[in-house]
Amino acid sequence: MEFNHVHKSKKRVDVYEKVTGRAKYGADMRFPDMLYAQTLYTKYPYAEIKNIDLDKAKKQTDVEAIITAEDVPNNKFGVIIENQQVLAEDKSLFIGDGIAVVAAKTAKAAARAIELIDVEYKELEGIYDPLKARKEGSQLIHEENESNQVIHHPLRKGNIKQGFLESDVIIKREYDTPFIEQSYIEPEAVVAVPYQENSTITVYGSIQNPFATQGAVASVLKEKLNKIRIVQNHMGGSFGGKDEVVSSMAARAAILALKTKKPVRLVNTRDQSIKESYKRHPYKMKYKIGATHDGQLKAMQIEAVADSGAYACQTPFVTWRSVVQATGPYEVANVKTDTYGFYTNNIYTGAMRGYGSPQVIFAQESLMDELAEELDMDPVELRLKNIYHNNSITASGQKLDSHQVSLEEVLTKAVEKSDFIEKYNRYKKEQTGDKKRGIGLSISFRGCSLGAEAIDAAGIILSLKKDGSVNLYSGLAENGQGLKTVYCQIAGEILGLDIDRINFMEVDTLISPDSGSTVASRATLIGGNAVKKAANNLKNRIKKFIAESYEQTEDDIVLKDGKIYGKKSIEIMSIAKMSSMAAMEGVCLTSYGWYVSPEISWDEEIGQGNPYFTYVYGCQVAEVEVDIKTGEINVLKMTAAHDVGRAINPANVKGQIYGGVMMGLGYGIMEELKTNQGYIQNTNFDEYLIPTVKDMPDIDPIIVENPDPDGPFGAKSIGEPTLELGAAAIANAVANAADKRIRSLPINLEQIIVGRKLSKGGGQK
Amino acid sequence: MKINLTVNGEKREVEVKPQTRLLDLLREDLDLTGTKEGCGKGECGACTVIMNNELVASCLVLAIQADQSEIITIEGLNCQDELHPIQKAFINKGAVQCGFCIPGMIMSSKQLLDENINPTEAEIKRGLSGNICRCTGYVKIIDAVKEAAHKMKSRGEDDD
Repeated sequence: MEFNHVHKSKKRVDVYEKVTGRAKYGADMRFPDMLYAQTLYTKYPYAEIKNIDLDKAKKQTDVEAIITAEDVPNNKFGVIIENQQVLAEDKSLFIGDGIAVVAAKTAKAAARAIELIDVEYKELEGIYDPLKARKEGSQLIHEENESNQVIHHPLRKGNIKQGFLESDVIIKREYDTPFIEQSYIEPEAVVAVPYQENSTITVYGSIQNPFATQGAVASVLKEKLNKIRIVQNHMGGSFGGKDEVVSSMAARAAILALKTKKPVRLVNTRDQSIKESYKRHPYKMKYKIGATHDGQLKAMQIEAVADSGAYACQTPFVTWRSVVQATGPYEVANVKTDTYGFYTNNIYTGAMRGYGSPQVIFAQESLMDELAEELDMDPVELRLKNIYHNNSITASGQKLDSHQVSLEEVLTKAVEKSDFIEKYNRYKKEQTGDKKRGIGLSISFRGCSLGAEAIDAAGIILSLKKDGSVNLYSGLAENGQGLKTVYCQIAGEILGLDIDRINFMEVDTLISPDSGSTVASRATLIGGNAVKKAANNLKNRIKKFIAESYEQTEDDIVLKDGKIYGKKSIEIMSIAKMSSMAAMEGVCLTSYGWYVSPEISWDEEIGQGNPYFTYVYGCQVAEVEVDIKTGEINVLKMTAAHDVGRAINPANVKGQIYGGVMMGLGYGIMEELKTNQGYIQNTNFDEYLIPTVKDMPDIDPIIVENPDPDGPFGAKSIGEPTLELGAAAIANAVANAADKRIRSLPINLEQIIVGRKLSKGGGQK
Repeated sequence: MKINLTVNGEKREVEVKPQTRLLDLLREDLDLTGTKEGCGKGECGACTVIMNNELVASCLVLAIQADQSEIITIEGLNCQDELHPIQKAFINKGAVQCGFCIPGMIMSSKQLLDENINPTEAEIKRGLSGNICRCTGYVKIIDAVKEAAHKMKSRGEDDD
């Protein structure tokens, strides 16, 4: 298929303002009379709030307003379960709970006022371990509940008893993963402006999901959705992280703005950001797997326990993705999986790139290598014997028959390109010296988009102007991933227009169609289909207009290179001229495209059904050098093969792979948000370390394309798949190098040398 | 107190408080919001600017220390519509995703190339090691610096 605008590495449409410093991010917004807000956080993770004395703070010069929970019309919000406090009411439930927010004429005055607020606490004994929270009779984090369980997702397939009986080899292993900070470089920022035009409140800022934030602010203010306006433009990264925490900040700023009738800006410092924003869930996982001598998987039993922290946030859905993907992409006849989330008084956990997959992939792909070792089989062979192919049945009973199941292809390509087999066998032999090399791999299947979590639909508005230029309004938002460019390419392809003729407007809940959240690597797939629909609607109207006015048949009309061609490919006129004429004739040049994803199903009782309508497949290979004397791990090379359906913008796909691989490397060997009795110990980038340019391995991206019948031009997903595989591949490479199996992330030098983490709460099973 | 400094070639006189940081002076007083704040601790490099021909983390410099100094920020890199070769290379090589680290990244690249027009890959990495990026994995940023070096070098040779 020949394309003119998609399947091309077009330059990003938002790049000019980003390299010149003109792009305005949340903290760059300025309004007349704007006030500066600061949040006072609780002193203790779990405490009763006996009294809040604001007198001294209120008397400070330049202080205009202070709010506490009393001033919040509806103090609890949440997308799934409404139990997140905007400000702590009777109790603080975790160390990032806000107590009060001050708005003052200067940032300094607000900071000074915060120090003058006198809070009387009664410190309480909290629960900081989800396994303790799970115990019957534990004190309840949320007193309205019967237990601390947020959610339990069971999955039952076949008969595991029988499966283990048929197994020659059975191994049991335990794995765990830490809290992870999204580490967007831009801390959260919002500005709430009261009574702008017809809206009660307008919030600008670093908002990943404008419609989720609109819903939260409306619910907190007890105001109608059509009076709450959220505007998002440039975002300094999000990775799932700027949802509930930003909604909470938006609500606080909105209340202050309404109280003072002035714009209120609330911007976090890095320390505040790390302390108050939700993290990726830590998981404790127990795996039991049975196989025959020749490597056929017979049964898997899995239990995964996620720490939800103080609030439900996204835990019910994050753990749901885990239950679907917990066995990995392997055909197993007998499966019993249980994933749980429990409340604790730790920092709450929510969405972060991967969303419940990085944890289980780390466990299950480590487990496959451990099983291979036990069976004395090479890890590629074991996988090839069990992986999904076309028409395979997944653990949830879904037959994979709607798209090309390309696991074997991605696995083979990555293995061949990285010279895996030769290196694996060479490194397995005794190596001289302290520096040992190793190579490891991991594979995954990943459900695209939301799946059975929620209705999966998106809308796009295209408005063709009289000069042949186009405004594009989208409900899904640019977070830095490149969505604006991809949408302009898809619209350009169908309308025959260069992408510089298309202007992607800022996402504004006033105009943009509510398309749900920009999450789950769904923007290209779901939103891209909506762009296609909107553009086709418009194209059909143009064709009809031309056919009627110029005695052409619609089938002969082609839009290309900014021109309209008719019978025998003869040029009729430019799209610009046509637009002007059509507008004068009263042709509607604004079109709406609404896409609803194919049907899916899920039985929550037994975890069976078709949870996603399509999947993507990936394989990553890590090559490492481990210094067994110092424990230093150096990741030398990562080979990453990903089936994306079709790459709308190959350069951007590679950009996603590079970035995701680096984030996976951080997950594997560097990153851990450390907590102690609910207190966070590393609240800035001097202690929470993420990969720098010096940690870069050589990265070899391999784009695999098997166009999906349900994708726009065949395209699927790439954002999250790139991040979920690295840690497991590195763990397997370290085992290959140093003959040491690390089952706890991050893999660090303490573990290499002494076999366990030295820090509190560490220790390996 | 009043300080005098040159920002992007323009002489400025600004009233500052003793504890005002150079970053606040640029962003709040002069409305040059291209310079970003990511950590407030000199760890992330988002606030990097060039002060008297040296790279500084503007969150760690007091405004009064910048008295009589010459500052270049991202806004001072391109003259009107003509982009600096580094900016062009960042565009051409697809080095930008969310863009928040980019102003700092570009300032560090400029300093690196002003000092060394022939950097090796290791030298580029050293030059950018104070700037963190969570989106790009740095690969295309390094490609961009290489391309910029090449372009600036051949431009320099043309001038000779």
